[in-house]
Amino acid sequence: MSAAIFPAPGTAAPAVPLPPPSSFFKRFCRNRTAMISAIILLLIVLTAIFAPYLAPHDPARSSLRNILKPPSAMYLLGSDDLGRDVLSRLIFASRLSLVASVQAVAIALALGLPLGLISGYAGGWADTVIMRCNDALMSFPALILAVVIVGLLGPSLTNAMTAIGLVYAPRIMRVVRGSTLSVREEVYIRAARALGCGDARIIAYHVLPNVTGPLVVQATVLMGQALLAEAGLSFLGLGTQPPQASWGAMLGTAFPYMAQSPVPTIASGLVISVTVLCFNLIGDGIRDSVGRMRRSGD
Amino acid sequence: MNTFRYITRRIISTVPMLVLVGLITFLLIHITPGDPAAVVAGENASLQAIEEARHRLGLDQPFLIQFWHWLWAVLHGDLGTSFTSGKPVTELIFDRLPITLSLTAGATLIGLLIAVPLGVFAATKRGSWLDRITIFGTSLGIAAPEFFIGLLLVLVVALEWGWLPATGYVPFAEDPVEWLARLTLPSVTLGLGVAAELARQVRGSMIDVLSRDYIQTARAKGLSTLSIIVKHGLKNAAIPVVTVLGLQVRRLLGGTVIVEQIFAMNGVGSLAVRAVFLRDLPVLLGVALTTAVVVLLVNLLVDMSYGYFDPKVRSA
Amino acid sequence: MAEPLLELRDLTVQFPSPNGWLTVVDKVSFSVGRNDIVCVVGESGSGKSVTMQAAVGLVQPKGGRVTGGSVRFDGKELVGMSNRDLNRVRGDEIGFIFQEPMSSLNPAYTVGEQIAEVVRRHRGASRADAWKRAVEMLDRVHIASAASRAREYPHQFSGGMRQRVMIAMAVACDPKLLIADEPSTALDVTIQARILELLRELQRESGMSVLFITHDLGVVADIARRVVVMYGAQVVESASADELFARPRHPYTAGLLAAMPQVALERGQDPVAIPGTVAQAHAWPGGCRFNPRCVYRQEGACTTVPVPLEPVAPGQDALVRCALAASLSDTLREAVAA
Repeated sequence: MSAAIFPAPGTAAPAVPLPPPSSFFKRFCRNRTAMISAIILLLIVLTAIFAPYLAPHDPARSSLRNILKPPSAMYLLGSDDLGRDVLSRLIFASRLSLVASVQAVAIALALGLPLGLISGYAGGWADTVIMRCNDALMSFPALILAVVIVGLLGPSLTNAMTAIGLVYAPRIMRVVRGSTLSVREEVYIRAARALGCGDARIIAYHVLPNVTGPLVVQATVLMGQALLAEAGLSFLGLGTQPPQASWGAMLGTAFPYMAQSPVPTIASGLVISVTVLCFNLIGDGIRDSVGRMRRSGD
Repeated sequence: MNTFRYITRRIISTVPMLVLVGLITFLLIHITPGDPAAVVAGENASLQAIEEARHRLGLDQPFLIQFWHWLWAVLHGDLGTSFTSGKPVTELIFDRLPITLSLTAGATLIGLLIAVPLGVFAATKRGSWLDRITIFGTSLGIAAPEFFIGLLLVLVVALEWGWLPATGYVPFAEDPVEWLARLTLPSVTLGLGVAAELARQVRGSMIDVLSRDYIQTARAKGLSTLSIIVKHGLKNAAIPVVTVLGLQVRRLLGGTVIVEQIFAMNGVGSLAVRAVFLRDLPVLLGVALTTAVVVLLVNLLVDMSYGYFDPKVRSA
Repeated sequence: MAEPLLELRDLTVQFPSPNGWLTVVDKVSFSVGRNDIVCVVGESGSGKSVTMQAAVGLVQPKGGRVTGGSVRFDGKELVGMSNRDLNRVRGDEIGFIFQEPMSSLNPAYTVGEQIAEVVRRHRGASRADAWKRAVEMLDRVHIASAASRAREYPHQFSGGMRQRVMIAMAVACDPKLLIADEPSTALDVTIQARILELLRELQRESGMSVLFITHDLGVVADIARRVVVMYGAQVVESASADELFARPRHPYTAGLLAAMPQVALERGQDPVAIPGTVAQAHAWPGGCRFNPRCVYRQEGACTTVPVPLEPVAPGQDALVRCALAASLSDTLREAVAA
């Protein structure tokens, strides 16, 4: 099993229609690691949704008497440099971090999916041009390109997520193109064309279902990557702007005070790591569940 | 003769990519909201001043001519002038490039030093506890944000134990020992992430290679186990590993942005971050272009190494 | 008789499988003399390749294990020898040639280097001397322009040429024994003949013994002096080549002879295939392992008790594993004489 989840450039992913939902979920559930990760992720999402009910304190309420206190009964994870409860802030920050990641992946999908379909389906010079531009875009280190785009647009969370979405769009494009390529030459596609089906119909009914499998895997992993990227940008102060806080921003504000009060730093970093790990493992699980279908079946 | 032709061909095929990368960088200017000329002219500039700025920047000319002028300047080493400091961008970047490159090189080295032995071991002793730890550890390593590892390292190794300095950079020419000391923690921070990805790839590649027929031939020739693994095995396992290494270098260049902040190093990454707050567009674009060119060069090297590892490629 | 160069005695080898440990080589015994050419014949699945791989310690990396028996080579006991000591024997005193020349050479190193490294390893030669020897060997196996071709890579050689390179590698240190595991099976017929000719020539010149593993009786007829026939992980017959072809003692051997295209051609008939399929290691039939496919089989004698390997007649070297050997001997002789 290779570490790289992204298929090598130019290779066509095998045409893998998503297996019938029942058997897919059955296989997925048998994968213990993936199931545990999914449950943990679900808990995190629920925490984000029910934040107001779960957070012990008001995350924005600062108390100058309680600056940088270590964990205690009142402040379970201690307090930050403005006397705010770290745990409450973490709980509310989950909303921002998760929504931001979804935004970024959505943008990447919105750009990558159509371009990938066109590139893979049309072929010819359109494909060559799009692929070359894709390759060129991927020559820029992801985080640097994101920083530059944020620099051009101005620091804000929305701009940061737009930047991340733009930076990750080529990856989605590659996966989609790969799946499309492998399906394009299938006999039933030619049959459909011979019957007079328009390209749009063919793409919608035949190509898209085949693309979904690898795309879902990629999108899941990308959620984790986007989370990391947002954390990075917010850590640098380029993403979430105060008074708002995402996990990355919390990490960034806690860091200068790490020597005196390490808990906020460790807590935010840990939360990010665990969430990203969950996304990765779920992505692995989905890929294995889809893959096994391919091997055992037809 | 074959090798020479192969190298030349690879170099030539890089040129179009360089041009495309330049084009994208040039196009980035235009995603700034508002009028670049107005930004350059500064706030509260008069309409006339803005027009002058536009003319000065050549923004009133057709697109391709603008691009050509810009490309021409870049080829002559002129990446523009910083809005804030007024210094040439090229100078700013190249002053800091050694720091970033040292960091990248250090991380790559650490990554290799950890990943190759670990991956080879895990491949030869499959199912052993070392193999299992490797698989588990690499999953964690791939998921954890590098800066988190960096922060933990600073906390423990630098602040708690006081073994290594937490900040700063000293040029090699000035004091080699200090240079090494200050480079260690940041390099390890980035290097662990590289090691995680690489170890997986090394393990997978070696498992595949060691099952091949020519390894059996090597055993039948009475060669030592070491020779079989290192000489016969590694060279054939190298190509996918080197490919991943190239991708990792690209990731490292991005990672330096954060690590330079954590360890207070004055590299290209922190230059870029500061430029964001100062809205210093030429610097940002200059950094983007420079790093992309570095990535393309690394890709070229990786490509050429294929010729060494796989003789079939040379005659293709 | 002088002590044999290689003597296998009751060698038993097992491999793991979904059904547990399978015995794929079952108490196999035979010997190879000095200046001898022995062919081990059998279908795929008979265990012939594994036997020789196990003899030189090559099954462990593949997950197999030797569970019993002895392999004496030139006075040394190979079973139980450490890998380090075996490494000194392999490549030096025992040369090995494998079946797939296309994949048995390392694609990343030149052909010359792969031969030279054996010489460096076992003779401690300098790089220059080893290279010279490599070129010499390429010449000896009749590769034209040996000096320049030594600097080329395996992918620049055809299948037949690669096999010659393998042979050059295997005999570079003048081994006492050369084990050839179906070296010409993957090559086309004309090349096959040339490879066999080359092996015969090398054997003549150096006096080394050759152990040839094959499923092709045509090859056996060509070069063997003695033959060992294997079926179902066991030796079922062993005799001199002349004896075997004139007077096979085991129905399986007779069947193989009848199935040879050359034989059928002589008789003006179609080749007669042996009915049935090879027995599986996890489900040997009761009694004689060949009995389900044997036209002479008798209920009771052939189906209940395992059949031992015994001399054809008291004091004879030839051996056979057949419950009905005595009564069948004339029948079989007539069957192949026709």
